[in-house]
This record gives sequence, C-alpha cells and structure tokens, in this order.
Amino acid sequence: MSRTESVARTNGTKASKAAKPNKVGAAAEWADDRLGLATLAKKNLRKVFPDHWSFMLGEIALWSFIVLLLTGVFLTLWFRPSMVEVVYDGSYSQLRGIKMSEAYASSLHLSFDVRGGLLMRQMHHWAAMVFIAAMMVHLLRVFFTGAFRKPRELNWVIGSLLLLLGTLEGFTGYSLPDDLLSGTGIRAADGFMKSMPVVGTYMSFFLFGGEFPGDSIIPRLYTIHVLLIPGILLALIGAHMLLLVYHKHTQWPGPGRTEQNVVGYPMLPVYMAKAGGFFFVVFGVLGLMGALLTINPVWRFGPYNPAEVTAGSQPDWYMGWPDGALRIMPNWETHLWNNWTLSWNVFLPIIVLPGLMFTIVMMLPFLEQWITGDKREHHLLERPRNAPSRTGLMVALMTFYAILWMAGGNDILAIKLKLSINQITYFNRAAVFIGPVIAFFITRRWCISLQRADNDKLLHGLESGVIMRDAQGGYTEKHIPLPVDKAYTLTARARDEVYVPDSEADENGVNAPGARLNKLRSRFSRLWYGDNIQKPTKAELEEGHHHAELEEAHDAPLEGHAADGHQFDGRHDIEDEHLSRQHD
Amino acid sequence: MSIDKREVSAIEADPIADPGLPAHQPRPTDTDEYLEKRAERQVATLFGLSTLFVILFCVSYFVFKIGDDPTEILGFGASNVALGGCLGLALLCIGVGMIQWARKLMSDHEIVEFRHPGSSSDEDRTETVAILQTGLEESGIGRRPLIRNSLLGAMGALGIVAILPLRDLGPLPGDKLNHTVWKKGMRVVQDVGGNPIKPADMEIGQLVNGEPAVFFEEKDGEPIYDGVALQVQKAKAAVVIVKMQPDDITPWPGRENWGVDGILCYSKICTHVGCPISLWEQQTHHLLCPCHQSTFDLADNGKVIFGPAARHLPQLPLALDDEGYLIATSDFTEAVGPSFWERDTIKTGE
Amino acid sequence: MRLITSLIRRTVGRLSAGRRSRLAAPLVLLLGLLITGGMYAALSPASATKAADEDQVAKGRALFLVGCASCHGKNAEGITTVKGGQYGPPLVGVGAAAVDFQVGTGRMPLAQPGDQALRKAPVYDQDEIEALSAFVASLGPGPAIPEKSEYDYSKVSNEEMVRGGEFFRTNCTACHNFAGAGGALPRGRFAPSLNGVSAKHMYEAMLTGPQQMPVFSDQVLTPEDKLQIISYLKKNEATPAYGGFTLGSLGPVSEGLFAWLVGIGVLVGFAVWIAANPARSTRKKPTA
Repeated sequence: MSRTESVARTNGTKASKAAKPNKVGAAAEWADDRLGLATLAKKNLRKVFPDHWSFMLGEIALWSFIVLLLTGVFLTLWFRPSMVEVVYDGSYSQLRGIKMSEAYASSLHLSFDVRGGLLMRQMHHWAAMVFIAAMMVHLLRVFFTGAFRKPRELNWVIGSLLLLLGTLEGFTGYSLPDDLLSGTGIRAADGFMKSMPVVGTYMSFFLFGGEFPGDSIIPRLYTIHVLLIPGILLALIGAHMLLLVYHKHTQWPGPGRTEQNVVGYPMLPVYMAKAGGFFFVVFGVLGLMGALLTINPVWRFGPYNPAEVTAGSQPDWYMGWPDGALRIMPNWETHLWNNWTLSWNVFLPIIVLPGLMFTIVMMLPFLEQWITGDKREHHLLERPRNAPSRTGLMVALMTFYAILWMAGGNDILAIKLKLSINQITYFNRAAVFIGPVIAFFITRRWCISLQRADNDKLLHGLESGVIMRDAQGGYTEKHIPLPVDKAYTLTARARDEVYVPDSEADENGVNAPGARLNKLRSRFSRLWYGDNIQKPTKAELEEGHHHAELEEAHDAPLEGHAADGHQFDGRHDIEDEHLSRQHD
Repeated sequence: MSIDKREVSAIEADPIADPGLPAHQPRPTDTDEYLEKRAERQVATLFGLSTLFVILFCVSYFVFKIGDDPTEILGFGASNVALGGCLGLALLCIGVGMIQWARKLMSDHEIVEFRHPGSSSDEDRTETVAILQTGLEESGIGRRPLIRNSLLGAMGALGIVAILPLRDLGPLPGDKLNHTVWKKGMRVVQDVGGNPIKPADMEIGQLVNGEPAVFFEEKDGEPIYDGVALQVQKAKAAVVIVKMQPDDITPWPGRENWGVDGILCYSKICTHVGCPISLWEQQTHHLLCPCHQSTFDLADNGKVIFGPAARHLPQLPLALDDEGYLIATSDFTEAVGPSFWERDTIKTGE
Repeated sequence: MRLITSLIRRTVGRLSAGRRSRLAAPLVLLLGLLITGGMYAALSPASATKAADEDQVAKGRALFLVGCASCHGKNAEGITTVKGGQYGPPLVGVGAAAVDFQVGTGRMPLAQPGDQALRKAPVYDQDEIEALSAFVASLGPGPAIPEKSEYDYSKVSNEEMVRGGEFFRTNCTACHNFAGAGGALPRGRFAPSLNGVSAKHMYEAMLTGPQQMPVFSDQVLTPEDKLQIISYLKKNEATPAYGGFTLGSLGPVSEGLFAWLVGIGVLVGFAVWIAANPARSTRKKPTA
C-alpha cells in the first residue's frame, strides 16, 4: 500500500499559482488595504479541523445559542417586562377579563395575536433546553476523551463557566412570562435566598425591591436575561473559540496522526460547508420542534397568583438536579440560641451543593494533573477505556446527577410508573450516596476489561470463530491477525506511569517539605493508574505473533485435508458435501 | 520522575511504529461522472426545495388565522404548525444540501497541519519578563510602598462605590415577614368568590381555599388591596380551611379552642420554600406540597410528617362572629412561609 | 365480561369473609338494621312518594346484596377491619350522587383491594346504576344526582367560564395539574386526569369528595361556581393544541425528556452523519 510520504508545507493540495485578477481577488485586496487581514486569513482560512461526530457536540451548543439570540430579539419586540396590573382583553378567551401583570399579558399577546410569535417563543425555549443539554454532552465528551489536559485547562474552566451562566440565563428566562409556573419558580427562589444565614432576608428584600413578589423582580430579571448574562456569554464564547483556534483541535490517534500535527479537512471550504450546514440543521430541527412540540403553554397555567399552584411544578430540566436534592433532603433546621434560624434543609441542597458541584467540575483537570503528575502537553485523545479511573469518576458524577434528576421528577415518576412518592424519596436518599460509588467501580472494572480485550486482539488477532481439530484430537480456534493500521491505533497511547515521590527523607532523616503531600499523591496515583492494563511491549507482541505463526504451522497440514468436518471451516464452498443426517 | 514542563507527550514507536497516513481513496462521486452529476442534482434540488418551503411559509403566514378563531389542522393550531414546519424544513434543506455538497463533491483530501508549542519561545519569555521588570522598576512601585499602598487602599475603597448604591434596591426587612393582614374579628372568606363561611356550610372532608375578607372589601369605591399590594399580602395571608371529625383532631395544649366544630384553618404557604399547598387528602388529613412533597398532618397541628419542610404549618385560630360566620381571633402566632435567619427574633401575633 | 366481574365479586366476598371476626357480622348486622330501620322510618314520607321509587329501591337492594354487600355490609353499614380500618366504608348518607359517580365511572365495584379505586369501564348499566343510587339514597339523606340543567354548560357565558378558570386554579390545579392531566399524592395515590370525564361526573365528584378528594359543598362552592369550573374544563377540551403535541401536559419534566431525546438525539444523529466517512471507490480516478 502506498502511503502519503510527506506532509505538505502549506495547507493546500495544489501548487500555488499567481492568481489571475478576478472578483474575489479584487474584493480581498480592497478589504486588505483597509484591514490588513491577509496575514491572519492566510493562516486560518485553510485551518485544519479533524472530523469526528463527537467534535460537533459543542457546535450544537454554539448554533443553538445563535438561534437563541435571533429568536430572543424577535420576542423582545413585543414582550413587556412589567408587573403593572392590566386587564387582559386579547384573543385567548379562557383568560379574557382577568387581571394580570403586563409581562404575562404581553406573553399571551405574543402567543395569540402575533403571527409566528408562538413559534418564536417555542423555538426560543427549545433552543434554551438544547443549548444547555449540548453544553453538557460536550463537557462529557471533552472529559471522557481527556481533551481537557494541558494546554486546554483554561478552556475547560471557561466552558464550565459557560455552563453555569447558561443555567442562570435559562432560569431567568423561565421566570419572565409571569405565569403560574414561572411565578412558583420565583417564589421558590425567594425561599432559597431567605435560607442564607445572616444576609438571606436582606438579599430577598433587595432583589424583590421589598416583600415577595413586589413589582421589581421581572424588570430586573429581564435586564439580567437580555443584557448582562448574554453579554458575558458572548465574551466567554469568543474566548472559548479563540483558544480552540489557537490550540488547534485535538484528534484521535491513528496512522499519521501524531501529537505534532492535525489531520483533517480545511476550514475553507469543507469545514465551512459542514459547520455552516450544521447551523442550518440545528436551526431547522429547532424550528420543527417549535412547530410540533408544545413547550411551556403559558396560557394553560394562568397568571401568577401567590395563592395558587399546579401539580407538576418543576423547573426546566437543567435545574432539576438541585430541585431533586431539595426534595430528598431531610428536614434539618437548627435554631441558634433560640434566636437565629439556619435552614439546612434549603441552604445545603440549593445554595451550597450547586456551588460545590461547579467548583468540583471546574477543578477536575487540575485534580487529575496533580494526581498523575503529568505536566506534558496532550493533543491526542484517549479512549475512555484507557483512563479507567477518569472514566469511572465522571460516570460516578453522572450517576449522582441522574439520581438527583430522578428525585426532581419524583411526582411524575410516581404517577407514570405507579409508584409511591415516599418510597421513591427514601430510595433516592440512599441511592444518591451508594449509586455513584457502585458506578465508579463498575465503570473502572469495565474499562479495564476492555483494555484486556484490546490487548488480546493485539497479541492474538481477531477470533475467527473457526475451530480446528488437529491430528492429536486437540481443538484450537483460528485467529486472524489485526491489520497494521488498526493495531497501531490500538497501541497509540502512552504507558501510564505511577507517580513515585523522589525521596521520602533526606540523608539526615528530615522529611523533605511537602513529603506528606507527595506520599498522598503517590497513593492517589497508584489508585488512579494501578490496575490499568498497559499496552504490550514489542517483545510481547513478537511473542504473540510467533504464537500465531506456530498456530498457522500447526493448522497447515489440515489445510485442504478432507478430514470429517474440517471442510466446513466457513471459508470454502464445498460441493457435494452434506452433513450426515443420521437422525432423520 | 522528572518531566520537562514544556514537554509535549509523544507516542513512542513501541510496540508498533506509526505506519503513516493511509493513501487517499477516491469516492464513487470522484470516479463516476454519473454519480457526480447525480449528487450535484441532489444538492441543487435540496436548495430549490428550501425556496419552495420559504414560499409556503409566506403563504401560511397570510392564510392561517390566529387569534380569536384560529384555523385548526387535526386539532392543532394551524398557524404555528405550518409556519414552524415550513421554516424548519426550509432550513433543514439548506443545511442538508450544504453538508451533502461537502461530503460528496468538495475535495476530500485530508491535509496535515503542524502544531506549534502553545508557549512562546524561551527568548521571548526572558525578554518579556525583563521588560516587565524594567517597567516595574521605572515606576518605582517597589521602592515607594507609600504610593503603592495608598493606591491599593484607594482602589479597595472604590469597591464601596460599586456596592453601596445597590442599597436602595429594596427596603430593609424589618418585621414585615412576621405579620399578615389577619387580625382579630376578620372574616375568613372563600377565595375567588369572597363568600363568608358558616360552619354548617361545610361538610366533613371539605376543603375551602380561603382569604381574609379584607381582600374583597372596598373603601370609597376602591379596593383596599389591589395590584402588587394585594399580591404581597396574598403571598402571606392565604389559608386553607378544612373540616374533620372533631374526634380525629389532637390539638396541642393552648390550641383546644382554635377550631370550630372540627373546622381548622392553616396557612396555605409551605414552610419549606413557600409554595401554596392545597393537596388535601380528606381521609388521611394529610396536606401535600406539590413542589417538594412536604406533607403536613392537619389533624395534628400541621405537623410535618414527610418531606424537606422543617416547620409545622402555622395555624390561624378561629371563632364565630355574631352572625355565625367564621372569623380569625388574631393574626398568625408565628411567621408564615419559608424559614429565614431572623425568624425567631421578632414577636408575632396581635 | 359478566363472568369475570362476578368472579371478582366472589373473590372479594371471600376475602372479606376471612377478615371479619365471627361475632362482628351479626352485631354489625343488628346495628345496621337498627340504623336503617330508624332512618327509613324518619325519611319514608319524603323518599317513598311513588311506588316506582320503591320498586327501584327494591331492585337496587337486590343488586347491592349481590355486588356491594360483601365489602360495604348487607345494609351498607360498612365493614371495619380487625385493626379498626375500614374494609368498605358505610354508605348511609353518602347520597345518590356518590353512587352514580363511583359506579358510573367504573371505580366501584373494586377490581381488587388497593390504595385507590381506578376508573374503568362501568360494570352496571344505566338502569342498574339508577337502582343502586335509589337504594343508597333511601338509606339516609345525601347529595342527589344533579339534574341535567345543573351541569349543562352550553349556556355559560364567556365571563363565567373565565371565572370558572379562576376557581379551577385556586381549588383544583394543585392536585389535578394546570391542564387537568392529574398529579401525584402521597404513598402511591394520585389525582386522576380530568380529560374525558363527563360533566355530570365532575359535578358529582366536587359534590361528594370521592376517596381522598375533599368535598366542595354547595354552600361554599355554589352550583354556579361548579358549573363554571366544568365549562372552563370543557372549553379547554374544545380548544385546539396551539403549539403542537402537548407532551402529556405534564410540565417541564416531559419537556426536558423531549429536549434530550428529540433535540439532542436527532442532532447527534446528524453529527454522526456529517462526520461519517463517505463510501470509497476502488476505481482509480480518471486522470484528467
């Protein structure tokens, strides 16, 4: 097989020629005279992006964010963020004549008296749900493949901040229409704030401009929702993308794909067409969802009234997990000196837990780096199975998240699966602690088994399913050797090195500074890497191949030999041969 | 183990050396002109379809009515489904067309780009550090701690300017959270309708969602509470009135005469985070909050029997007025709604 | 069908026989006879005006003894379990409306003992339900089956229907959810969906408070209020689904599920397609 011997010096596949003056050239010249971007563009227009489906998950988030901006602008043309009381006289007869806030009345107006208004509302809401979901699957992809490692730690931190801000942005948007559901959400948020020790009551009064609900919360949330958070989001997304371009995309290992290069398609035209096309696909799918799937039917909820509530009062899915924590939390409350109330039952699950979780997620790259002591740059991805402890850790976190998620929908689970809310709650209280531990060990073991299977493939080849019987009556299975590209891909990973502290004590027996920490670190490192299966060495591989040769030699005399049954090896067609049918 | 911090990890050629990029293999559209033309037609058709859907979008915009008497298709709002469907399909056609173009027709030679270390060169680094040092020295910031420290102090003080003006975001809490509009002699009336309630009107197992009568009263032709003020007071004063078999009720000492003929009145605002609760099971006397499933036993003083709420539901003492209607004998004797830090410090009631 | 129901009834009967203490039956029977006798004497001038009614009651009693007495007692006095709970509650004074609701929606007779009686196809036909109702109504005063005029919502004005919506959100959504799709109650019980329930049965449910549902008596929630609530719900049933499929009208949980399954699911599918290696040809490219 002939191979591409060398790599091109430039990113083109054709020799460069002096360009004939044409329209494109003229336009580019005009622009460069004023902007001087040719130097930058030269480098980047043919920038290489590797192709893999999992590299497009972040793109889903990016494109849904653009859809959010577009549909959001449309909504602002009609939505009025005001809590002034008005009497509704629009088209929806079930609410005509009712007193409600202007915010809710304008939401109804958007839904019933503006053509395409309901569509834009639904697309905006679906895009928000998909935006955050896509950020999360993107985060999982980056973690599972080790793409967060040096030099990309900062981009991981930026990404985590984006997730946090996206969640807040979603929550503020959910609260704006001032229907019964969103008002119930704000009511709960008021309760969350009041649970904060010392400052809680003041926070609540300042945010609401007095007692709940007041007349300030919706205009304030509106400014946060359309200006403050989107501004920060845009800036951070910009930084996220710039760093992506600067670092160049990671890639999967494979023949010709090394730590020193990127192999893929050029930005112009292939990647631009694919990414641009994907934008339209995301937009289109969100359009179809907005057309066919009802989301947040505000008109069914009615205006917010602090004396009303509906069954199935839940936040949107991304707030479901802290809400679940809130549901399964035991009802602890401490009274300090009979004067001060500390509501652990609210404060811990809704204020402390999300903060803690986001901090943990943000620190994951630094945590792993500290444990492994690996300070090298990494541009080749790792398969999840080749980092069993890392994979296990994330699966444990996912399990934790999923159980809280389940707890957040416990009432819907109860009616749909005919279970008891109380039993679901008791179960989740235990599962939230036990589940992640079990998930960690199962995942880790699973990964290690997969590593073993990979090694078996490398050493012995693929199992053919053909059983051979030799002259002595022994049975063996035929193995097919792995193609070299596949074999190389399997071995294209580093050997794990368990961190060993330099020396525990100097010659005088005095512990070196930080020795205790280093000891801890080496213990963690051993836990992290200790049970991993390393790829075979050259010697092992050769021995494996030697084995295969022996096997072949062993089977050679049987080749073509008409021993009973041997002809049915699945590889040859045999005429006039039938299995005997003694039992007919 | 010593690792150069700027080292890029590398895959050693052990046990198998990198065989290098495989040779490029053409696609069927590269080798077969018929297939190439077909792909071209496919892409162009998709783009054409997109235009068609845009036209349909415009048609549906004008054809399907919304508002009072909307056009219906199969029980759905025609306008939304048609507009969204056309828009979605128009966009999808463009997207799928572009991607198909890239996959089938654009050059698919993979190209290789080299990575350069993320960090700057050593010379650049040393030079930058030197420049920084020079700048710092020339400013004299290290030699003149007085200037440095006073500047830092001034900057810190400026932070106050960012915080203090936020003070007027809202008033101070005071004891507002500990009082509601309930007071001695105020009638308990049915929510929405505003009718006062006689004990004989209620049957065993009945639940009435109630409000203080003042919400339905007028003064000089204007409602006493209206708009935002009404919402604020409702958020604290809403109640549920329930009637049980008097024998089932086990009042705490001091609460024996808070009910009338087995009729008790409790705050409707959950003590967890403040959702209004009215899921009453008349046979078990349990009241469940739909938000986080705190469950209160109304036959037992509103005690929490399940869920995350920590406090019992505040009870409103009831009596009858001269005309035989239910009235409150005082405000709630404790703050209603979610817990807060200062809750126990302020006296409530009366 | 008949066979199955009679089988179920017999099973239930056997169960109840097992649970009763031996002495309880005659005692309760005696008590029941005394109560019914007393009630009957007190109420007979009002309830037994026509011979036809008496026929109805007699027919209802016959049906009751076969289908209901095993749980509710031969004279509807209720059966108490050994632990003091109710095996079948007493039906004296529950009124005809309760019977019409419970039997008319198929909740009674129970298919099996459990937390909650479920809606199913009714076992008795309309005549039999009327007879049963008449019999139970004859035991003691209770809410009567509402007249058609009471739940006929066709003449309710829009304004009144809107007010019904306000009553609905104040009194009903907490359990039955904003769209009447139902909701969860403690310990596996639930508030059922209101969609497809007849106006009469809605009215009777508010009037009688079946199972865990609170009673909404006519004095507090007036017949007009009830009618308005019904007209609001029926108006919603007749309104098109403006935004497409309603996803069960369960709120954000089902929406989140669809965001992941449909949104992320379909888009990841597209991503796989975009990045998939297209088919390769073994033929050489014609040298141009």
